[in-house]
Amino acid sequence: MTTGTMKKLLLALLFAPLGVQAAATGYKLDRAPIQLNDVVSLQAGARTFVNYCLNCHSAQYMRYNRLTDLGLTEAQIKDNLMFAAEKVGETMKVSMSVKDGKAWFGVPPPDLSVIARSRGADWLYTYLRTFYRDAKTATGWNNTVFPNAAMPHVLWTLQGERRLEIVPHADNAGHVSVEYKWSQLSKGAQSAVEYDLTVRDLVNFLVYVGEPSASSRTPIGVVVLVVLGLLFVLAYAMKREFWKDVKH
Amino acid sequence: MASRLMALWEWFDSRMPSVAIETRKHLTEYYAPKNFNFWYYFGSLALLVLVIQIVSGIFLTMHYKPDANLAFGSVEYIMRDVPGGWLIRYIHSTGGSAFFIVVYLHMFRGLLYGSHREPRELVWIFGVLIYLTLMGEAFFGYLLPWGQMSYWGAQVIVNLFGVIPFIGPDLALWIRGDYVVSDATLNRFFALHVIALPLVLLGLVMAHILALHDVGSNNPDGIEIKKKKDANGRPLDGIPFHPYYTVKDIVGAVVFLAVFCVVLFFMPELGGYFLEHNNFIPADSLKTPEHIAPLWYFTPYYSILRAVPPMFNSQFPGVLAMGLAVLILFFLPWLDRSPVKSIRYRGKLYKGALATFVVTFVLLGYLGLKPTTLWGQFGFDAFFLDTREIATWVARVATVLYFLFFILMPWYTARDEVKSVPERVTS
Amino acid sequence: MSDRQKVNKTRRTLVIATSVVGGAASVGAAVPFVASMLPSERAKAAGAPVEVDISKLAPGEVGIFEWRGKPVWVIRRTKEMLDSLKAVASSLTDPASRSSIQPEYAKNEQRAIKPEFMVVEGVCTHLGCSPQLRSADDKAEMGADWEGGFYCACHGSKFDFAGRVYKGSPAPTNLSVPPYAFLSDSTLIIGEDKKGA
Repeated sequence: MTTGTMKKLLLALLFAPLGVQAAATGYKLDRAPIQLNDVVSLQAGARTFVNYCLNCHSAQYMRYNRLTDLGLTEAQIKDNLMFAAEKVGETMKVSMSVKDGKAWFGVPPPDLSVIARSRGADWLYTYLRTFYRDAKTATGWNNTVFPNAAMPHVLWTLQGERRLEIVPHADNAGHVSVEYKWSQLSKGAQSAVEYDLTVRDLVNFLVYVGEPSASSRTPIGVVVLVVLGLLFVLAYAMKREFWKDVKH
Repeated sequence: MASRLMALWEWFDSRMPSVAIETRKHLTEYYAPKNFNFWYYFGSLALLVLVIQIVSGIFLTMHYKPDANLAFGSVEYIMRDVPGGWLIRYIHSTGGSAFFIVVYLHMFRGLLYGSHREPRELVWIFGVLIYLTLMGEAFFGYLLPWGQMSYWGAQVIVNLFGVIPFIGPDLALWIRGDYVVSDATLNRFFALHVIALPLVLLGLVMAHILALHDVGSNNPDGIEIKKKKDANGRPLDGIPFHPYYTVKDIVGAVVFLAVFCVVLFFMPELGGYFLEHNNFIPADSLKTPEHIAPLWYFTPYYSILRAVPPMFNSQFPGVLAMGLAVLILFFLPWLDRSPVKSIRYRGKLYKGALATFVVTFVLLGYLGLKPTTLWGQFGFDAFFLDTREIATWVARVATVLYFLFFILMPWYTARDEVKSVPERVTS
Repeated sequence: MSDRQKVNKTRRTLVIATSVVGGAASVGAAVPFVASMLPSERAKAAGAPVEVDISKLAPGEVGIFEWRGKPVWVIRRTKEMLDSLKAVASSLTDPASRSSIQPEYAKNEQRAIKPEFMVVEGVCTHLGCSPQLRSADDKAEMGADWEGGFYCACHGSKFDFAGRVYKGSPAPTNLSVPPYAFLSDSTLIIGEDKKGA
């Protein structure tokens, strides 16, 4: 390889980060403040989920009676969270068939049992807070994180209607950056801060639903590592003792 | 009580003396070199991981359903409804990646100390066969969760077989049992993953160990300990495997299990490298994910596949290069012409070549995880290049270096400077 | 103790200590595997108690409901059926239900909470077939002194209207009564005792 090509290669590698920015598309995701031990938040999230999401989206691998993890009794679950099922041992299915979903939305609403594990909490948190009015789409709504999503802004009564103006800026070096200008068209039942908290609780709940056993993993892990630590001390002492025989 | 036990043992031993005989042959009177170091843990660890995978696999099979409509759901059933199921699932997914980490380090030890050299060529060959079988086992197993990556990874790899001239399309059809990856494919991959390949693996591991024990283990100095024996015919530098290496390998196993459990309990997904995010989306034959990549342990070869451009309107050269990258390992015992075995007594040429090989292997692995647009395009206009993607050209250079490690080996190992080898092992 | 003996003692102690901790750790590791074979949440949900509506049952009618994969009969007994229970007592293997399976509240004469409603598993205690209802009129097939009850076609066991087995039947015990409770006059829950009883 000639020095000329080497130089070009090195320069190309140096500018790699900028290349990635230019090549990368998509709205910058906000950090979702997930706290799986906040039982109150999870309960609020469960309520929002059952009231707003479960009409179209199933969580078919999640059983209602598992929600006792959140500090609820089976009676409380039955009274407050079960609209589409009779027995508390049932899973969170919806009555909408895949065929109907496809006909009404173009694509059937996906099951949300493990959505937090595939999309990630940050994506969900940002997605649910960046819907805007768009007359050109079938639902009248659009989204910055998921452009032309088939889902309407189900939580609009809480957030209110918002408008988005996308303003591109080019600086002297020719780098293009994008400015997102949000404006409120109509007020929702919640303030911006309250809405963020509602969405935070909902996403918190979705992360929990993605892996209900996550909170029991860590304490068991600590116990296991302590036992292994003890076993290591004994096994190593045993090894040293036997290896005294071996002359080097 | 003790005499009763002794009598019971006498009864058994007189009817099946093999147990005592083989125990002596392979454990209490198998003399291994006394200077085994860190690199020598990975053989017994590989055996441990094999056992872990078989046991966790058996219990997963009690609940998993190998049906395209039920598979994804059955894995979530295991994660949520089966008591302790989540732990068994994570053990199996962590174990799969752990297997390759351990096996790669085990193979690297061979490259360091010349464990593939005469008289251990067969040990090496059985080892490469185990490696190939393990790759097959992992590939078949990965389809089973029936996620997007499972499905499309299988689709891509089976289509690679379709690229082979003349027999390709029929071969791919036969492998799949259908025109695309489908329920038929899932069911047969289940059979291969659960019983067929594990039996092959167990047979090959047995052959691998028997072939090793017949000639005796190598060591970090690369010298043959059987050349210097005492009055009783025992190697002067040898120690019985049991109790010395059983006791040492137990320590190794405990440390390994601690690291394994840190991943298992605190970060089983390992950032998407052990459990891929896209695999939590059920397989959809109509929607290809934006970015398909195999699991990390296959990515070096995937990189090589992608780096080779199509020639004569066929992708076959890429497939061939990928296959040769693995198969060339078989020839190592005959490519290495150095008069010494261990890197301790070799010169700069080999050390440089091995270091380069490691760097290219890791680099290829990294590139294979990412899209080829990773580093963007060359700025200058190069009309004669088929692509201006920087990452693709880096992968091509790395591929060439990878093959040169093997192809030039007869030359640089013969020419390399050699230090004098000691008579007895050093620590 | 000689040096050699001390060394051996140390080794033995370490081997025992390591084995004990290692053994305990192995038992701990085995727990999730063994537990995974216990009934899963799905199995438990499928085996959950069922609520049944008995308001539509006519007198003398047998309603059949499924619980844990088994048929459970709810028989709305007429006065004649209840009277027959005393009459046949001498022909029964176990009239006082000493060896059969039933909750405490079904260990009375009528084997039920309310005499009018008999709740019993319709599974013959011989080899598991499901018997058929044979009314008292069916004397041609069942014999002159048949007061009515159930007949199992598989091997010929006979049961009365409280599920008690007749002498001479291959079945050893009376039909089992599952746990149940009245949620109201028109609804039963099968598979669960009355809460707070």
